[in-house]
Amino acid sequence: MFTSFKRVVKFAWSDFIRHSGNNFAAIFVLAVPILLATSLFIFQGLSQFVVSQIQSKIDITAYFNPDTKEQDILNVKDQIMKLSPHIKQVEYVSSDQAMKEFNDRHKDNPDFIAAEEEVGTNPFLPSLNIVTDQAYQYKNISDFLQSDGFSSIINKVDYSQKKDTIEKFYSITANINKSGYVLSIVLFVIALIVVLNTLKLSIEGSKDEITSMKLVGASNWFIRGPFIVQGAICGLVAFLVCFVASGAVFYFLAPSLEIIVPGFNVFNYFLSNFEFVLLIQVGFGVGLGALASFILVRSYLKV
Amino acid sequence: MIKFQNVTKTYNFHTTVLDNVSFTIKKGEFVSIVGKSGAGKTTLIKLLLGIEKPTSGEIFFDNNNVGEMTSGQLQKLRRRIGVAYQDYKLLPKKTVYENISYVMAVKGKSDQEIEKEVTQILDITGLLGKEENFPEELSGGEQQRLAVARAIACQPEVIVADEPTGNLDPYNSYEIIYILQKLNKMGKTIILASHDKDITNKLGKRVITLEDGAVIRDEEKGRFMI
Repeated sequence: MFTSFKRVVKFAWSDFIRHSGNNFAAIFVLAVPILLATSLFIFQGLSQFVVSQIQSKIDITAYFNPDTKEQDILNVKDQIMKLSPHIKQVEYVSSDQAMKEFNDRHKDNPDFIAAEEEVGTNPFLPSLNIVTDQAYQYKNISDFLQSDGFSSIINKVDYSQKKDTIEKFYSITANINKSGYVLSIVLFVIALIVVLNTLKLSIEGSKDEITSMKLVGASNWFIRGPFIVQGAICGLVAFLVCFVASGAVFYFLAPSLEIIVPGFNVFNYFLSNFEFVLLIQVGFGVGLGALASFILVRSYLKV
Repeated sequence: MIKFQNVTKTYNFHTTVLDNVSFTIKKGEFVSIVGKSGAGKTTLIKLLLGIEKPTSGEIFFDNNNVGEMTSGQLQKLRRRIGVAYQDYKLLPKKTVYENISYVMAVKGKSDQEIEKEVTQILDITGLLGKEENFPEELSGGEQQRLAVARAIACQPEVIVADEPTGNLDPYNSYEIIYILQKLNKMGKTIILASHDKDITNKLGKRVITLEDGAVIRDEEKGRFMI
């Protein structure tokens, strides 16, 4: 068994070395899906980053009556937190804190300061600021807060004002994700077809050789093995080339991209997901190379 | 050892290549199958190796019906029959050494055995010094000898040579026949498919004559007569 495996690898290696022209084409073609998969992975990371940035700015606020006790508000906060694990943050903002934030924000605008002095008292209501990671949670929370149990302490929930924006944003996000998956599948199928057709040209040249091997009594695996290993070697070389190339491209692209998407460093993302990128590239390179050879040789084994 | 029993092979329902062929070949025999081009010699070999199935009739190798063999059984059968094909069917991307050693590797021989036996076979077939050449770098005669070398590489019980002298000059032709005779003396069963009258007559061995797919003569010490 081990001797056979050793021979299969030896045959594959010597064929790989001898037919560098064909293999160069195979490596080049295998590099395309690897780079495609890597780009899609990076694009997904980028879109997730952008979505999370926007998502963190979407919230709803429950305003309480001015005389509501702080402890009652904190009780409501605890109850909201227990509603769903998708509730990421519930922040209590007291009347004083709200006023302070308002003053800080408008300290350079005399009109606002004058308006505030005109009112004379603190016009801000204590509130709970709620952030979730799922759009439909906002409606649930809003319904929960507007139930009879809280009507005596809650003045208003601003969900209805933000409803359209929230739903539109989440619908766009869902569409981006859906399109990403569809695009990935379409590109993968195209890549597979291109790889199969290119490797087919290379393996078709070995059709007679495969027939001769069958006629001397070689088993299907003994014939197919070297082609599969050779496909895997091509994939491995394609992976090495792509890994170095994509690392270099992301390194030089990072500063420019960070200007467009502040806070997202593509090279750091590449490094922090090193294992996953490695897995994708090795998987696509070696896996696709071996799979394509497996499928193609199969059709010539019927002798 | 080999038995063809009322074998008929028809292509496209109307082209009959072999017509009710029956004969038996005993172990250690040297049999020439002769006939004009298109008489059905190559089809006979294809049927023996299970490359094609007979339209009717049965072929037995050691009492096993070749037509009913599974893919795995055919593999084993083909390891027992070494064939030198008319068009050589060499492995073009492998060297002379690798063409021969491949067959031994298929049979699971160790590296040491392969190294030793390949050298012997190269010596027998006069290919010593050509080990590192690829088939396309060999002359017609050398390619033919390599085909024979590969056929005998795994020490098969039966060696089939399909028109082994078809593309060769008389000198190389007799060299190939000499090798086959030597192997026959070593106890191997030899089946020689040929349309070379001189060679068949000089052999003085059993001759099965095919004409239009039918056996018209089967003589112990036969001659090429068509």
